[in-house]
Amino acid sequence: MLLALAIVPALGAAGAYAHRTTTYRTVWLLGAAAVHAGLVTAAWVSRPAPALGGWLALDDLGMLVLTIVSLLFLMVAVYTVGYLRHEDPRGGRAFVSCLLAFLAAASLVSLSHHLGVLWVGMETSTLAIAPLIYHRHDRRSLEAVWKYLVLSSVGIALALLGTFFMATAQFDVPATDRPLVLADLVRRAPQLHPAWLKAAFVFLLAGYGTKMGLAPLHTWKPDTYGEAPSPVGALMCGGLTALAFLGVARATQVVAAAGLASFVQPVLIGFGVVSLVVAAAFVLGQADLKRLLAYSSVEHMGLLVLGLGLGGAGAYGSALHLVNNALAKGLLFLAVGNVVLAAGTAGGTVRGLGRGLPITAALLVVGLFAATGSPPFGPFLSEFIILRAALAGGHTTLALVVVGLLATIFAGMAVSILRVVHGEPSPGIRREADHAWLVAGPITLAAAVLLLGLYVPAPLGDALRHAAAALGGTAP
Amino acid sequence: MTGLSSLLLTLVVLTDFVILGTSRLSTCIRAIGAQGLLLAVLPLALHPGWSLHIFGLALGTGLVKAVALPWFLRWAIREANVRREVEPLVGFTTSVLLGVAAVGVAFAVTPGLPLPEREGALLVAVALSNVLTGLIVLTSRRKAITQVVGYLMLENGIYVFGLTQAERVPFLLELGVLLDVFVGVFIMGIVVFHINREFDTLSSSRLEELKEP
Repeated sequence: MLLALAIVPALGAAGAYAHRTTTYRTVWLLGAAAVHAGLVTAAWVSRPAPALGGWLALDDLGMLVLTIVSLLFLMVAVYTVGYLRHEDPRGGRAFVSCLLAFLAAASLVSLSHHLGVLWVGMETSTLAIAPLIYHRHDRRSLEAVWKYLVLSSVGIALALLGTFFMATAQFDVPATDRPLVLADLVRRAPQLHPAWLKAAFVFLLAGYGTKMGLAPLHTWKPDTYGEAPSPVGALMCGGLTALAFLGVARATQVVAAAGLASFVQPVLIGFGVVSLVVAAAFVLGQADLKRLLAYSSVEHMGLLVLGLGLGGAGAYGSALHLVNNALAKGLLFLAVGNVVLAAGTAGGTVRGLGRGLPITAALLVVGLFAATGSPPFGPFLSEFIILRAALAGGHTTLALVVVGLLATIFAGMAVSILRVVHGEPSPGIRREADHAWLVAGPITLAAAVLLLGLYVPAPLGDALRHAAAALGGTAP
Repeated sequence: MTGLSSLLLTLVVLTDFVILGTSRLSTCIRAIGAQGLLLAVLPLALHPGWSLHIFGLALGTGLVKAVALPWFLRWAIREANVRREVEPLVGFTTSVLLGVAAVGVAFAVTPGLPLPEREGALLVAVALSNVLTGLIVLTSRRKAITQVVGYLMLENGIYVFGLTQAERVPFLLELGVLLDVFVGVFIMGIVVFHINREFDTLSSSRLEELKEP
């Protein structure tokens, strides 16, 4: 069952590569995405047993990441069907295969309870995305993919060093413990060597933090998001970042179990605040919608580590925000993708989508309110929980600063997005971008993010509570 | 720690300095290939006893780091027709001096680290030196291909550190790591090739169209 989650998309990738026509490839894409989503649903009904000697297992945190990646991927797959009718990326055969390879690697990351396997899956997902960014084969996408590859590779290399440090920290444990297996690390955490454990945490945070795009390690993000095709961008800012956050969360899990929370919390809070500041500074006056979303993603990554660093109910807020972020940003990225299809650019010259492209315009506005944490959408709830955790922890100044930064980001994003929606329609807007294939995915995501703002379903609430407990936090 | 493994580790540091001090890309690639070969022999020298695990590790490392990657990088510079690193951000003499400082720091820091076994100290010192010199090459050179070499030095440093854990970390995992490094460098190489075609140069410094207005 666990193996099937990773193997199905991998087979899909191979199958899609064997076909020459786009139609067959999209059938493979949709088929593999649907089977994967079915398997994930089955895993919610009855939790599968660990496999491969405990290297692969499904705990609540992994379950959350797996679910959002699978849902987002299904929506992106539906979108891609419409997208491939308008755009014909060069090397089109590899396009679908790389998407499915990403899903396989993402499943491996969410399932792995072995830090080494986690690393392998993370690196594979990084590499699977790289050819997708470069699909246009022009100078700008070349530059974007080079920056992405060099920075992510160095980041992920540092994470590998951190993984080895973690293995070194285990030198005092009995030989029966399995090296680098999460359950054994957590159980034996107090006996791990604290100096190596701290070093491991710092390197894992720097490595996976680069992949999340925490400031000041975010410099690849605006360029990459600006150049990546929209479905790929949606997967990156909703899925890839969730995987990287899982890496940081696993490291935090071990360190918190070792009683070193006072060492990691200031570091996490620091990264969170710096990310929010950078996002606020660059969101203002950002006309290019995709780059705008990149800085918004930096903001949300900052909120995630902030919640993790605050501990207590903050950990619950982070876990919930992880889900909300994937839904809201997936929605926004796909809607912006429609703008690009209709107008040929995501820059600030587009006007009047409200009349030219009504469904997409409505989705953009919904996405704007969702992603900036306005009620009644899900992110409002999770950001509220994180802020309340800050107040409960006595960080009043911090909470006020964060509120100010969130308001700035809201203003910046609202100006840029509403400018595109209002006014006389620009000439040359292609109305067929409001096609059913292209709006079905974002509409579903919008409904989901609205639902989460109104009410959290009971199984999800349980999973969030358990995940928060594993991260050393509590439910609010 | 036998005399042989100490010798191998010393040679690894020497190859770092060759890369730091040369402007010829072919010398860089030859040096990184030689380093790969040294790293392939290293596990055999460290753990004599010929277990399947160690032997497989040596074989895999040799194939990837000493044969496949140097061959591929040589293909890239031949296709792209580049010979030399021009105008590095930091001069060659300065980068060698920086390298000396980095190695000095690595050897100075290591004795203070709580290590499971004292024999591992040289291994850790060399690992840290390689990581630091790799970062120096990665940040101070303009040619994309030299940056790939710098990345490989960084990876090699991490591999040397991993050898302190070689008896505990299973074979399957090391295989996965090697494979990922290989594919990563492969994709980087393809991109390097395209950079050359688009810009008629291998300089990543020409990649500056994307920035905040």
